[in-house]
Amino acid sequence: MAAWTDISVIRQKITDSSAEEVTSSYIETIGKSKINGFTTLWDEAINVARKIDANGHDGALAGIPIAIKENISTKGLSTTCSSKILQGYVPPYDAHVIERLKEAGAVILGKTNMDEFAMGTSTESSYYGPTLNPWDHERVPGGSSGGSAAVVAAGEAPASLGSDTGGSVRCPAAFCGVVGLKPTYGCISRYGLISYANSLEQIGPLATNVADVAALMDVVAGYDHRDSTSINRDNTYSDALKDDVKGLKIGVPEEYFAEGIDEKVKAAVWDSISKFEEMGATYEKISMPHTKYALAAYYIIAMSEASSNLARFDGTRYGYRADGENWHVMASKTRAQGFGAEVKRRILLGTYALSAGYHDKYYLKALKVRTLVKQDFDRALANVDVLMGPTMPAPAFKIGEKIEDPLSLYLTDVNTVPINLAGVPSISVPCGLADGMPVGLQIIGKHFDENTIIRAAYSFEQNTDHHNKRPPEVA
Amino acid sequence: MVYENPDGVRIGLEVHVQLNKLNTKLFCGCSTKYHNSEPNTHVCPVCLGLPGSLPVINERAVEFAMKIGLALNCSIVEQTQFHRKNYYYPDLPKGFQTTQYDYPIAGQGKIMIEGEDGERVIRITRAHMEEDPGRLQHMGSIDRSKGTLINYNRSGMTLIEIVSEPDMRSPKEARRYLDKLRSILDYLDVFDGDLEGAMRVDANVSVFNGERVEVKNISSFKGAERALLYEIMRQKNHIRRGGTITLETRHFDEARGVTLSMRTKEEEHDYRYFPEPDLVPLRVADRVPEVLKTLPELPDAKKERFMKEYGIADMHARALTTEIKLANFYEEVAAKVDPKAAAVWIADILKGELNYRDLAIDAFTVDDIVDIVELVTSNRITEQSGVEIIRTVLDHGGKPQDIVNEKGLLKVEDDIVAKAVGEAIAENPEAVADYLAGKEKSLNFIVGKVMQKTKGRADAREAREKVLEELKE
Repeated sequence: MAAWTDISVIRQKITDSSAEEVTSSYIETIGKSKINGFTTLWDEAINVARKIDANGHDGALAGIPIAIKENISTKGLSTTCSSKILQGYVPPYDAHVIERLKEAGAVILGKTNMDEFAMGTSTESSYYGPTLNPWDHERVPGGSSGGSAAVVAAGEAPASLGSDTGGSVRCPAAFCGVVGLKPTYGCISRYGLISYANSLEQIGPLATNVADVAALMDVVAGYDHRDSTSINRDNTYSDALKDDVKGLKIGVPEEYFAEGIDEKVKAAVWDSISKFEEMGATYEKISMPHTKYALAAYYIIAMSEASSNLARFDGTRYGYRADGENWHVMASKTRAQGFGAEVKRRILLGTYALSAGYHDKYYLKALKVRTLVKQDFDRALANVDVLMGPTMPAPAFKIGEKIEDPLSLYLTDVNTVPINLAGVPSISVPCGLADGMPVGLQIIGKHFDENTIIRAAYSFEQNTDHHNKRPPEVA
Repeated sequence: MVYENPDGVRIGLEVHVQLNKLNTKLFCGCSTKYHNSEPNTHVCPVCLGLPGSLPVINERAVEFAMKIGLALNCSIVEQTQFHRKNYYYPDLPKGFQTTQYDYPIAGQGKIMIEGEDGERVIRITRAHMEEDPGRLQHMGSIDRSKGTLINYNRSGMTLIEIVSEPDMRSPKEARRYLDKLRSILDYLDVFDGDLEGAMRVDANVSVFNGERVEVKNISSFKGAERALLYEIMRQKNHIRRGGTITLETRHFDEARGVTLSMRTKEEEHDYRYFPEPDLVPLRVADRVPEVLKTLPELPDAKKERFMKEYGIADMHARALTTEIKLANFYEEVAAKVDPKAAAVWIADILKGELNYRDLAIDAFTVDDIVDIVELVTSNRITEQSGVEIIRTVLDHGGKPQDIVNEKGLLKVEDDIVAKAVGEAIAENPEAVADYLAGKEKSLNFIVGKVMQKTKGRADAREAREKVLEELKE
């Protein structure tokens, strides 16, 4: 039976038996999977594990199996963003985070499913079909890093990397009952992450517990000269694993409990805040008045950047190529056949928002809103240490329930996108169940103050039992 | 005399300069020395625009751009930024070009040219940095090619686009502007103008204050002059026939020497510029003093100094300072021989002979020209022999002194000339009689005989004077 296993326990197993044995047991589990979380397994995984055994388990993550989202470049291993247009593309280079993981001795199991080009909240728009939520196979795992969250929740990998442009790590973490961190913009190099909206996104780790997320951060975060937005700053995230929130000041933005929020989600989050109070923290209700404009601004900026980022997929150099009597026809047909409906919708909207005559009205205005949203965070975090609220306004919805109604799907991102606009870090931790489905508590911190939110999340875990709840069929 | 500009011609130029003297490309570490390499061998994930790759600005490219901006008397912006110019073309691997938009590295500037009616200021609008796309290559001729190949070796090379105001009034002024620009860039040592594609020109031209037409695809300075001459004539003819000129982009067909319409205003691209999120704004103002220190003496300043220091004519000083290599060559020579004579010999004679053979100044040595100037100024050889030595060195090699010896070019002694003059007069009584009767031409005949007798080693002018003296008596 698949099981949740902490990295510390796996380390012991590796010492007792071998990395090879651990890796092959995960591959066996994945073989029996019913959730369609992995898209491709790495045929080198076992060989890598053997080499690590031969080299005496050197490295911070020696022999630890890990799953990687489909949009993070892995040398020699298909990286398609779950899109038809990238079928057959095998990167000739590793993303910075992959280099770091390999240096630390981690064993890459394979690639995980996602919404096509990370554009979605449900992993339903994947070319490989939807990933199922391990808690209820009729429900979505969240998105866009649905595969990365689902395989961790299903015990098919102890940890994974996702990417978060507007909530894509935190949303599936919340829906699948695992821990997911969106670091401060600039914290982890994006070199090798296939861009959706580059001014917003960060790679982020997912695991079953806070300590494992911190362990991954210790390996993948840090300066990289190949990413001009990467920040040169030393930090040890594991140092923050302390059970101590005495005197921690919490701000609870009323806008994060706006109309339409699920009552059970609301109750679970308030119970959590009360728990923090019990543990010695204090809280105050605050207002972040520009939150209501964040969603619109987010979608305009993300789509505008996407319309340009995805221009390179024209069938000329790599990936899928349609036939055409000349280059323009070939490129047009490639894009018409290679991109899914949601990707096309966002490219069109983004192209429109950047067009002459509309640029100022939409794109420029969205940038101004972004500044106001950022100011909301600066103001709020000047008085409190962290902000808390629900990661998602409701638990995981049913597969097919919202996919035909994009707007209702966009609206579910209302509590996650402001964080990306501001660039601040945020972690989602399990904080209870609503009708048998996990609820995520979002803890938001100041720029580059990951350690405070990690400490809060860790303390919460030490004093509650929510993180021990597992999907049926998982031990 | 003031130039009237009868057709109201206004020309503005956009010049793309490839900074091929940088070691690496604008946003990646690929080598720029691809000109003799196999296609697609100077590439990496960044300049191929592979998914997930990110640009990093080349610090030296920024320095070079600042140098150029300062040399063109431009203001340097406090903080510069890159934008994306979005359009689809197979040579553009990202589907957008990373360029600069509203914060170009260099703002308004100016340079001086020799205009139709004397010194003229040409205003520079801006100079900005951008990446070069790859290159399409056809398999054989364009109409018979079975396919098009793409070579991305050029992709990501640093370009500086220098945009002028429409301050030029004739193709000749445009040519002078291009020559001056090239001269300044040459001094800055930022590019090798001889490499293919090092300088590319787009021209904006209008007549009688009408709408402007943009002419693209001009690959040489000569081509620019021809394209402009054609385009001005075309616009004038069109108006004469009752037509009006509207905004459009035309393509210069170098082989046929004509411009052809590419697209009208309605068909202009919407490039959807927006700031490149992968590059942060770059503060450059603080580095201006440091870059200023690296600026060399520029052509105008050098010309002034040559006139003052060596006492040479404006025309010579200008000719000698166009190319930095020539200017340095001259200064070396001027240190060893009479600077005025050196100026004449290098600017008028040597440069002419080099141009005739399509050679650069490297084809001649300082020592050789020093020897020749010395031989002439010390009156040991004639000017004509000096020219002959230059030609011989260029065409066959050898040292001036050896050539003088081999060819017997040393001027003959006065008494030998005197003897030859006496003989020529004695042997040609008819010619003498004709001359005395007023036939001027006969004098040339007698001088010719003197030259024949001295095998050309006599100075023709001196020989003529001596014949005249004899005949007076």
